[in-house]
Amino acid sequence: MDQVKKRKKAKKARVIPGFHLTLGIVVTMLSLIVLIPLASVLVHSLGISPKEFFALLWKPNVRNAFFTSIGCSFAAAVCNAVFGLVIAWTLVKYDFPCKKLLDGFIELPFALPTAVAGITLSKLYSENGFFGKGFALLGMKVSYTKVGLVIALVFVGIPFVVRAVQPVLEKLDEQYEEAAYMLGASPVKTFFLVIFPELKPALLTGFGLAFARGIGEYGSVIYISGNSAKDKTQVISYVIMQKLSYIDYAGATAIALVMLVISFILLLFVNIVQARQSARTNLL
Amino acid sequence: MTEQEKLEKKKKRTKRCCITITVLFITCMLIIPLVSVIVNSLKEGIGFYIRSISTEYVRSALGVTFLATVIAVVINTFFGICAAWLLTKFSFRGKQILATLIDIPFSISPVIVGLAYLMTFGRLGWFYPVIRAFNQFFGTNVRITFAIPGVVLATIFVTFPFVSREIIPVLNAQGKDEEEAAALMGASGFTIFRKITLPQMKWGLLYGIILCTARALGEFGAVNALSKTRGETFTLPLEIDALYMSGTDQSITAAFAASSILVIIAVIILIIRNILERKHIEQ
Repeated sequence: MDQVKKRKKAKKARVIPGFHLTLGIVVTMLSLIVLIPLASVLVHSLGISPKEFFALLWKPNVRNAFFTSIGCSFAAAVCNAVFGLVIAWTLVKYDFPCKKLLDGFIELPFALPTAVAGITLSKLYSENGFFGKGFALLGMKVSYTKVGLVIALVFVGIPFVVRAVQPVLEKLDEQYEEAAYMLGASPVKTFFLVIFPELKPALLTGFGLAFARGIGEYGSVIYISGNSAKDKTQVISYVIMQKLSYIDYAGATAIALVMLVISFILLLFVNIVQARQSARTNLL
Repeated sequence: MTEQEKLEKKKKRTKRCCITITVLFITCMLIIPLVSVIVNSLKEGIGFYIRSISTEYVRSALGVTFLATVIAVVINTFFGICAAWLLTKFSFRGKQILATLIDIPFSISPVIVGLAYLMTFGRLGWFYPVIRAFNQFFGTNVRITFAIPGVVLATIFVTFPFVSREIIPVLNAQGKDEEEAAALMGASGFTIFRKITLPQMKWGLLYGIILCTARALGEFGAVNALSKTRGETFTLPLEIDALYMSGTDQSITAAFAASSILVIIAVIILIIRNILERKHIEQ
């Protein structure tokens, strides 16, 4: 009993200085800049009666925007998971000219402002743009449709997947692969039964982050999507912005609350995946 | 053909296939869009390019953008270092929750940030009476929403966890033995920080600052909700939006010309980031 108490005390006695100072600074700044403004969204949305709240969310354009945002982000996150895995694999496992340069470009979507990405992609895929011309010959329209929306979301999401998978692949012991070969597994079998399970948590993390980013994305999608209510190409961030410019704050906060809940769930999902992953590596 | 040769051939084919997909994807999705900004911006000739990046509006937007970026980077670096010190050197109750709360701005749509600031400092916000009382008392005309302070605040919000997120893993990997030893030998907090912690986290810190700068320069959604006056409170991305939305061929080219400034900065940021990474690996 005494020992337990002692240990508790020892834990409490902090050798390194600065605990109270940094705690004070961190909590104050976090509250002022992040928590209080977000809390005021919550307070305002709680002021709306539940009936009104659901009526606001069930309006056709709001409903469609939710479906568009979630559907397109999901499609884009799936594309990113597939291509991201291939790209990460290629950049880690193979050697070829210009590899370093291509690797450096992966983070372009983090560095390029979303509005710039948005107008460029919109122009490239419009009917007289570089890619749009090709698609027009095939009879396909990309800008101002959901396809264009997905392309823009693939652009913003790709670094999340590649950068999540790359370090895990680098650390992967090649002995596993060799052992599988020796035991007679085909390369495909080796990949799906030996390598893929190791990569799964990282891939899910990247997928979750890309998906979350896609749902809230604004700058890079509003130009290419066309924002037509009729074609259901309005994204949810655009609807919030529209409501803000009509000073419909009740509608905007109701949608914002739902989006906050969605992004919180996705963040939780990513954290659980990461916690499980680290628990597993600690066991090994 | 033996089994072994077949396998080798298959492996080679997979390799070629993977490299082709990677090169095509990166070229089409990332490199061509980057080049097309520059091509589009020079469509009307170099004279038009220079004229369109030196208009009154673009110059004012550049000023606002740099002001907001510098303030955001300074404040977030200070916060990032404090948060990293707190979260890596001490264990306390609620640490995990605090870490998650710091990461919130990562997963929130920038448009909601704009809305949150309108709800706090705007006419409906609970902070509005405070600002009004302040203005009446001092005879000033301080405004937050639809003014420069709102733009700066929104920029700080969206880049809030960038620095702390980069240095926390670095410091966690280093442990805290050295700091504890230094503290036991009587070094002051600031000396410990300067002599031990700062050199440890140098590369992570620089990388965080770079990322924070990139994001702050390009923030669009959050400031779009909080800034409405072109030529006064518009940042460069907002000015690009205004030019592009005017819809004439000339104004679209001007929008690309203004974008090219940000593209050049983005490329510089990518280069610095790669140099930093290489230095870090060398160490």
